[in-house]
Amino acid sequence: MKRFAGLLISLIVVVILAVIPMISGSAATRESMFTILMAIALASSLNILLGYTGYVSFGHIVFFGVGGYVGFFTLTQLGWNLWLSMVAGGIAPAILAYLLGKSILRLRGAYFALATIGVNEAMRALVNNLDAFGGPVGMTMKFTVYKDYGGATQALWMTYRMLALVTIVVVVTSYLVKKSKFGLGLMAIREDEDAAEVMGVRAPSAKTWSYVLSAIFPGLVGVLFFFKNGNIEPGDAFRLQLSIELIVMVMLGGFGTVFGPILGAGVYQQLRKSLLTSPIFKNVQLAVAGLLLLLIILFIPTGATGWLRKRFPRLRRVLE
Amino acid sequence: MVTQTVTIGFTASITGSYNTESTRQVDGLQLWMDDVNNAGGIHLSDGTVLMFESKSYDDESNKDRVQELYTTLATTDNADFLISPYSSGLTAAASVIAEQYGKVMITTGAASDDNYKQGYTGVYQVYTPSSRYLTSSIDLLASLDSSAKKIAFVYENSTFSTGVAEAAKAYAEGLGYDVVLYEGYDAGTTDFSAIINKVQAAAPDAILGGGHFADGEALARQLNEKQVPVKFVSLLVAPPEPSFSELGDAAKGIAGPSQWEPQVKFTEEGAVADGTTWIGPTGEDFVSEYTAAYGEDPSYHAAGGYAAGLLLQYAIQTADSIDPDAIKAALDGADLTTFYGNIKFDTSADNHGLQVGHAMVVVQWDDNLVKQIVWPESAATAAPIYPLGQ
Amino acid sequence: MSIDALLAGFVDGLLIGFVYGVAAMGLTIIFGVMDVINLAHGPLIAIGMFGVYELFTYLGMNPYLAIILVAIGGLLVGIIVYFTAVHRVIDAPPLSSLLSTFSVNMMIIGVGTAILSTSAYNVNFSLPAVSAGPITVTGNRIAAGLIAILVTALLYGFLYRTRPGKYIRAVANNRQAAELMGIPSTRILALAFGVGTMLAMTAGGLIATILPINILAGGTYELKSFVIVVLGGLGNPLGALIGGLILGLIEGLVPIFLKVTWVPVIEFGLFVLILLVMPQGLFGKKDS
Repeated sequence: MKRFAGLLISLIVVVILAVIPMISGSAATRESMFTILMAIALASSLNILLGYTGYVSFGHIVFFGVGGYVGFFTLTQLGWNLWLSMVAGGIAPAILAYLLGKSILRLRGAYFALATIGVNEAMRALVNNLDAFGGPVGMTMKFTVYKDYGGATQALWMTYRMLALVTIVVVVTSYLVKKSKFGLGLMAIREDEDAAEVMGVRAPSAKTWSYVLSAIFPGLVGVLFFFKNGNIEPGDAFRLQLSIELIVMVMLGGFGTVFGPILGAGVYQQLRKSLLTSPIFKNVQLAVAGLLLLLIILFIPTGATGWLRKRFPRLRRVLE
Repeated sequence: MVTQTVTIGFTASITGSYNTESTRQVDGLQLWMDDVNNAGGIHLSDGTVLMFESKSYDDESNKDRVQELYTTLATTDNADFLISPYSSGLTAAASVIAEQYGKVMITTGAASDDNYKQGYTGVYQVYTPSSRYLTSSIDLLASLDSSAKKIAFVYENSTFSTGVAEAAKAYAEGLGYDVVLYEGYDAGTTDFSAIINKVQAAAPDAILGGGHFADGEALARQLNEKQVPVKFVSLLVAPPEPSFSELGDAAKGIAGPSQWEPQVKFTEEGAVADGTTWIGPTGEDFVSEYTAAYGEDPSYHAAGGYAAGLLLQYAIQTADSIDPDAIKAALDGADLTTFYGNIKFDTSADNHGLQVGHAMVVVQWDDNLVKQIVWPESAATAAPIYPLGQ
Repeated sequence: MSIDALLAGFVDGLLIGFVYGVAAMGLTIIFGVMDVINLAHGPLIAIGMFGVYELFTYLGMNPYLAIILVAIGGLLVGIIVYFTAVHRVIDAPPLSSLLSTFSVNMMIIGVGTAILSTSAYNVNFSLPAVSAGPITVTGNRIAAGLIAILVTALLYGFLYRTRPGKYIRAVANNRQAAELMGIPSTRILALAFGVGTMLAMTAGGLIATILPINILAGGTYELKSFVIVVLGGLGNPLGALIGGLILGLIEGLVPIFLKVTWVPVIEFGLFVLILLVMPQGLFGKKDS
């Protein structure tokens, strides 16, 4: 049990968040919680690459897009059910990450970051030209598909529960990685890649597997998101801005920790939501987020969790 | 006497590329709401008086926002009825949400046929569908010059304009036209030089296409700047907007299909003669009210917004309630004439909600920068300019 | 393939390629001097666009004169951004400067959208078009190309013929050695950032004279600038200019053979390919 103390807080928070709408039964609460859980899942998966391995991916959303598209395709064009589509939507980005791992992970620092942007944009432009995926107009799901899941209302609740499950799995995975020898190797790479290699960490292989792991979950989330929305377009699936927001969430909450992305995602989404529906502040939301990010980078680069751990050493055991 | 407030929810593109068209649409809808409220609301037979209020958000012309916001409208805000955002793309996203929560949504500013093939039961279209947008321009061309056989289609890669172009291409080829270029450009394109070079190389007699206001305007301007020799140009959405005249010389002679123009005459007498139900103000009254309220001429986007409101009003009055099922039944049976034209829906399962009663006109800017109706001949206010004097 | 179309595509592409080159030079100079990828590059271009638009629309200034004012403004803005977001993290790992410049990006876009919304605007100032045989090129586009060439020449004059310019090149070469020689590196870094921003805003101003602008368009040109600097070699201004021309020509000529929507696929595909195969670009980093 002591071994899992660090996981406890993160897990409890996620479970409580997930359960709130289920208790109240309110569709409105469910929708807000959906966006928060989605952010937590995406940010946590990015953290595996960014936080543990230290590789800055600006284009992480490409996995969300690829998974979403593949899953949506199998769901609407091939008539597969949601579960199989999710499997497809998880495998496709994993394969992409594996191929990319073999190629662009050789690059360091800024070059890698640029390359990830290039990959996201190239993928979006490519899908834009593929008629099989609907081209620029994308694909729409016939409303009758929801009948297979007991009607629209049932389907929406089911999708929510699936997302909650995926989020919990990501958080647990993140913790297990951090505590494992594999994770230790990743963090060694983050601190000094050459030294890590000298110490026996097989960096190329470790980086690739961390990349693959970080790619599966966005894919799963993507399938659920687009199933809920009933349609998909290249612009929605490969939104560079969302990718960047994920980085803000990880940095805000504290990179390299399990709790960090959860905290960062939660706070950022709440901020965004409260500013979004206010006519005065909705554009300022981006500026506020930018200011937050700047302050964090300049003054508290380890984010909220890192700061807490430094300030209150006692918390370190439970605040991973 | 009990007063009940009916909430109508929608998103508007207050910012973003659809800003011009969406503002007009919302202005039209708001005018209707003010008219109904000022007239004392709608009285139901059980003594309830219905007054209307709107609840709206800025969707920033962004599809992602639309789904989040319509979900908020349907759940947190408990809107009784929904009106679509502007544009087929955004409306497709909103329609899913409307149907998921069982809300009736009237779509305006959204012409794509596809939206009505998805199996929705509560989504109703006010605009003439995209499949009939450019067909009248082709008819016009045919009547002007039977020797002009080469057409270039240059259209925005959006749900709406792609649908228009596909239908128009099939129609043109069916009439024996040679489609020398058929190419889409991505939404958000501002530099049309490459695609215009391609058009010029294909040497068409006519250029048809465009997409929405921002790109239509840019395309028209750049065609003019590059002095492309073409005889006939018909673009979507942009030419019928009064602000298109800001192009100056580049606007002269440019034609475009329109859902409605102020000079079009629909009357109560005509409605009775056709056997349809008349509702709402006359065209002149609408124009003068709108101009008084907003200080500018209404475009068809504004008319569509007002018509959406009229449609809802009709349905509530006929159903004598705001129960969604009763409203749907009323809309299914509607055969209306308004200042905007005839409104009637396809009620088959395959195309439920598709607009089948309404027809388009073609407008063209003359040499004095006045917008004239040039087609159909029965509604024309001036002879068409042909060929363009480039 | 029609010769006319090729010629028209070539001329159009070349002219806008020069403008792209100016924008990319701004990005590459900053990288060359301080190893920072300025992720605020796009919004800075957008500020340049709107600077010219506002001066033209509200003060009736000739857009080409407005560009000069905008350029000077760019210098100041760049220095401010340097001291706000970059100076403190100049020696930190690359992630820090990437994120700090990105935060500036978010702030500019957020405030810009609040003030200007994301609608399109046009600078309605047309120079007469020039027709040579079958092709017609707008006067504005020719002017933009010529001004871009002029700016490039001025930049080279500055870097090679003036003292501050030489200091910049020295710091780019080896900052510590430069400091030992008595060059005030902080001031030079700030100046270099200012010059980079100036180039970005000038390019924005030029774009405003030929195309419709909106606050988010800066992002598109930022992405193009990334592709260009990688093509030409990060840190190499001449490489950036030539990279710009290459990109412009791709945009002008590829649509003749393929659907125009394939251009971004080619641009970004090329981008990733160069990063994988030849990360130092066609011309290599200026002073490694």
